[in-house]
Amino acid sequence: MNPGGPVIPRPQATLPNGPGAAAVLSAGIGSFALSILAIVADKLPAIKSLLAFYKPTGPLSGVTTVAVLVWLAVWLILDRRWRARTVALGLVSAAALALLVLSLLLTFPPLADLL
Amino acid sequence: MEFTTRGLLTLLHGMGFGALYLLAFSGAIVELRRRYGNRGQASVGPDDEKFLKIYLVTMAVLAWLTVLTGTYLIYPWYRAVPPVGVANLAGFPQRLLQSNPATSAWHSIGMEWKEHVGWLTPIAATMAAAVSIKYGRDLRSHPQLRSAVLCFTVVAFLAAGIAGFFGAMLDQHAPVEGGAVIRLSQGEPR
Repeated sequence: MNPGGPVIPRPQATLPNGPGAAAVLSAGIGSFALSILAIVADKLPAIKSLLAFYKPTGPLSGVTTVAVLVWLAVWLILDRRWRARTVALGLVSAAALALLVLSLLLTFPPLADLL
Repeated sequence: MEFTTRGLLTLLHGMGFGALYLLAFSGAIVELRRRYGNRGQASVGPDDEKFLKIYLVTMAVLAWLTVLTGTYLIYPWYRAVPPVGVANLAGFPQRLLQSNPATSAWHSIGMEWKEHVGWLTPIAATMAAAVSIKYGRDLRSHPQLRSAVLCFTVVAFLAAGIAGFFGAMLDQHAPVEGGAVIRLSQGEPR
């Protein structure tokens, strides 16, 4: 009898963490791409007009469409590469979360204007 | 009692899809913690698993519906340019806000932040739903992955909260109105 109480066996992982890491990191990269594209479209008139895919919405349509495409492309590539692998998820998660938080901050106009 | 079609669609965007997403957030956090928490004592049956997957997919769909209706339906009405000589800017919310120094920051900070930050939510919500579908109960064996999903879900909530707050404030200062008038009831003449 374990004096600390009953031992609950942890279930064994059957899937490698690679596909999950690919999903997490690509979400971070996609979010960061969105914030960078928003800043670039704001600063450069040529890019701004280039990103106006749908005129009534203006450059926001291009910024979001390109960011979503970047996110999905990175996800697809990473998923293929990491499908059967176990990766350093702590590092990947930290990088992804840092990119996400940075995106949140960089979309804040007063901060974006400082760049 | 009446409202316009643009007002109704703005209501659907904010109160229908957006607010429903925000309401669903707390349930998702509780369920993710309860099922895959470190104690690992919650019994998770196939029905529970299926429910969580449907719940997270529904949240992701709500997030997408919110940003898509916001970007492609409401935003064009918001940023519409008035014809030359128009003095009444009631049908042109962005110009109405910019015409007054006391309200211009609602556009330059509020809308400028909202229109971009809101898009972080569907990306994070889709990732959370995809990981949940892929791993299912196996997520309990991946504590770092679980933590990453939880963190992304929380930041997605924060982003949705910012977009929702500014959406409500913008609607208060310069509501998107116009289109056909829908009359629900006729008031009694006094």
